[in-house]
Amino acid sequence: MRCSCDRIVAFVFALGLLLIGAAAHAGPYEDALVGFTQGSLSDTGDAINAVAASGNPLAPVVLQALKDARLQFSAEKKQVFIKTAGGKLLNAATGKPFTDAPPADLDDVIVNNRLRNAIDAALGSLTLMAPEANKRYEAAQAVFKSRDESALPVLEKALAAEKDARVKRALAEARAAIILYQADSSAADKIAAIAVIRDRGDQDALGLLDGLPTDLPPEVAKAVAAARGTIQSTLALWGGVQNAWYGLSLGSVLLLAAIGLAITFGVMGVINMAHGEMVMLGAYTTFVVQEIIRTRYPGLFDYSLFIAVPLAFLVAGAVGIAIERSIIRFLYGRPLETLLATWGLSLILQQAVRTAFGPTNKDVGNPSWMSGAFDLGGITVTYNRMWIICFTLAVFVALLGMLRFTRLGLEMRAVTQNRAMAAAMGIRTARIDALTFGLGSGIAGIAGVALSQIDNVSPNLGQGYIIDSFMVVVFGGVGNLWGTLVGAFALGIANKFLEPFAGAVLGKIAILVLIILFIQKRPRGMFALKGRAVEA
Amino acid sequence: MGAFPLTRLIDRAATIFLVLLGAFAIAIPVLNLLVPASSGLHVSTYLVALFGKYICYAILALSIDLIWGYAGILSLGHGAFFALGGYAMGMYLMRQIGSRGVYANPILPDFMVFLNWHELPFYWYGFDWFLYAALMILLVPGLLAFVFGWFAFRSRVSGVYLSIITQAMTYALMLGFFRNNFGFGGNNGLTDFKDILGFPVQAEATRNALLVTSCLALALGFLICRAVVTSKLGKVLIAIRDAEARTRFLGYRVEAYKLFVFTLSACMAGVAGALYVPQVGIINPSEFAPGNSIEAVIWVAVGGRGTLTGAVLGALVVNYAKTFFTSGLLAPYWLFMLGGLFVAVTLFLPRGIIGTLKYGFENRAAKSAAAEDALDIEPATAPAEGAAPQPSAAE
Repeated sequence: MRCSCDRIVAFVFALGLLLIGAAAHAGPYEDALVGFTQGSLSDTGDAINAVAASGNPLAPVVLQALKDARLQFSAEKKQVFIKTAGGKLLNAATGKPFTDAPPADLDDVIVNNRLRNAIDAALGSLTLMAPEANKRYEAAQAVFKSRDESALPVLEKALAAEKDARVKRALAEARAAIILYQADSSAADKIAAIAVIRDRGDQDALGLLDGLPTDLPPEVAKAVAAARGTIQSTLALWGGVQNAWYGLSLGSVLLLAAIGLAITFGVMGVINMAHGEMVMLGAYTTFVVQEIIRTRYPGLFDYSLFIAVPLAFLVAGAVGIAIERSIIRFLYGRPLETLLATWGLSLILQQAVRTAFGPTNKDVGNPSWMSGAFDLGGITVTYNRMWIICFTLAVFVALLGMLRFTRLGLEMRAVTQNRAMAAAMGIRTARIDALTFGLGSGIAGIAGVALSQIDNVSPNLGQGYIIDSFMVVVFGGVGNLWGTLVGAFALGIANKFLEPFAGAVLGKIAILVLIILFIQKRPRGMFALKGRAVEA
Repeated sequence: MGAFPLTRLIDRAATIFLVLLGAFAIAIPVLNLLVPASSGLHVSTYLVALFGKYICYAILALSIDLIWGYAGILSLGHGAFFALGGYAMGMYLMRQIGSRGVYANPILPDFMVFLNWHELPFYWYGFDWFLYAALMILLVPGLLAFVFGWFAFRSRVSGVYLSIITQAMTYALMLGFFRNNFGFGGNNGLTDFKDILGFPVQAEATRNALLVTSCLALALGFLICRAVVTSKLGKVLIAIRDAEARTRFLGYRVEAYKLFVFTLSACMAGVAGALYVPQVGIINPSEFAPGNSIEAVIWVAVGGRGTLTGAVLGALVVNYAKTFFTSGLLAPYWLFMLGGLFVAVTLFLPRGIIGTLKYGFENRAAKSAAAEDALDIEPATAPAEGAAPQPSAAE
């Protein structure tokens, strides 16, 4: 039923098309199309440029079809057809469906790589006039890269009409790129173009200048050298900023992993080798929360981390308190034994998680507000890294505030400074010990929630952080949260700045060696406790 | 040293130990080579290699006991010295392959051909000669321990700080050896060995010879450790372990004592690693893993630290248990057991097996109501000699 309707409509169309086609013949677009029917590459090339220059709204469609090898022609009838993705034929001259029996000699229009580049350039210059700003911007960037001289007239027209400042700048840069590579443009024009390119200041701009021929007039060559210097220093600056950002990001991860350790090791003097496993428990808590949300309440997925953070704190904190009550309290004053016992615990916890969840990596998703990235100046900032830095600082401030302003914090500090006196003042030191250990473990659990967003969630998750965390605490100074903060960011940034020179692994080795040497110099870290507390 | 009494060097426990070790070193090859395979008493070649491995672990445990049990230095990076000794031996064994490798290159080991290296790195020179390799087996771990210890002890890094940085040291070495461009075979390590001193590594006779050599090395290491701990030096070490600051105030150069014993211990660990490699047939960077070093510490803790014989016993017992449990149905639970062992030993058996036996024995014998702190560990020697260093220091 519908089929026959279509046919009738198409037939009427086809009749109309024939009439219109006859009447509208001899426009520049239609003339250009004929070039595709000659079957020679050079004619096709001319046709591409002519179609692009015609300004016909069908031109981008034809060129896109040509690029995708969907443009067909009949040499006999001198007609060009666009094959749609659905396999239908459109008349390229009119853009209307072609319903007659396909011509017997229908054949693809052949293109080679040179022509493909020409198509890209032509498409680029065509979309320079597109109504969407983003499309125009991308087209300008394409022209900037292709430096196709034939796009210059369109480009100048577009530049004159452009309102959007960002697109206008991109157009100006594209124009400058063309002028720079044009053999017959004047030295003054070229110098002006160099200034535009210099202001762009990125890697592409540098590449553009590097690719210039060497036989430039001296004043132009001078301008190029100056511009290259400027761009290189800008790039070096942004490279430094990028490294610093990566360093901050790594530092925040280290800080998150180490901050709980700073409590248990720094404040209590307990070596907890199972600290990394507390981080792992936090990560697995996130996994379980997300699994439940996925199966029961898919709409809550974006809030999964807000649910996971308190849960991870409770889970890891409870496990921590259980460990303190059952094992560590019998080992106070015997740090080496504590180390061994907690190492054993870490093996047990790892194996328990491996038994319960399997040895493979678990898939923990990023909520929508944590995925993606944005550009800030010359660097790319991913949202998850940014939120983790914010989250780390929030945890740090909260912990600092808790130690300073709450009763529990006061009692913790009292027990740390003088256990016997604190007990004499009526503080239940055993309870404070358990709570402090629980707090440190709970914070490790929170760290696990954050790390689940950027690292593989597997039973070995914690092991990767334990040595680094100890390094941070030892480097920063035991018993001092500020030391941990400075230590984490110093190590993170140093690591990222060493990486370009030494590679990731050697950079890490260098950091370990530096810390080992640093401990020689200051055995108690950067911010060492002074006075009686030192030997306690 | 003419006045050095042999009876003090080899006390009753040491005699029992050496006799048992000697009997073991004779019995196993005899049961393997001379008793026919059909007999119930026959020991398979697989077991010979396994026992050889255990003996190497026992030497490593002994070296840890020397520094942890007597000088209070808990090294969590002794696996690094073990692995370095192993790599030195592995390099010698690689050079012995000659042109019999897969690529049949007369100069370069297979992995270098594979990585498109064109000449042997300079640090591989000399490993064709066994004597040079043997020297390196002692020298490389010893030198690393000397430099590391010199820095660490001089600036009085001790206790858990030392434990953590030794762990960082072995971790850094592991990362390094995992890299292909270090020239040690990357993560595949060194393997496919053919000959040692002209004998095929895989042959039964060679395996038995390696086992006997390992037993001899263990006996020698044991005697050296006994000589150290029963000498005046040993007394100072025990003093350092129990009260480092006081020993320093008494005028002893604590760092020098520690450095000596740490370096000696590293050399022993290197020998253990060197004997280990031909018996298991491979050395790779996972030997540097911090977990291995910590596991070796628990052998000592199980057997009883500060007893020497305990360290050996602990290494044998724990490793036998590991072989037994990881090969059967219980394999998934082995890590639970190992972890539980760490916890249980530190909580309930702080003296270890031998330490507990000895302590109970001495307590009953002496009936001295020693009101000592339960956490203290008795020196291995008779209590009457415990006070020896003080008079000499007071001079």
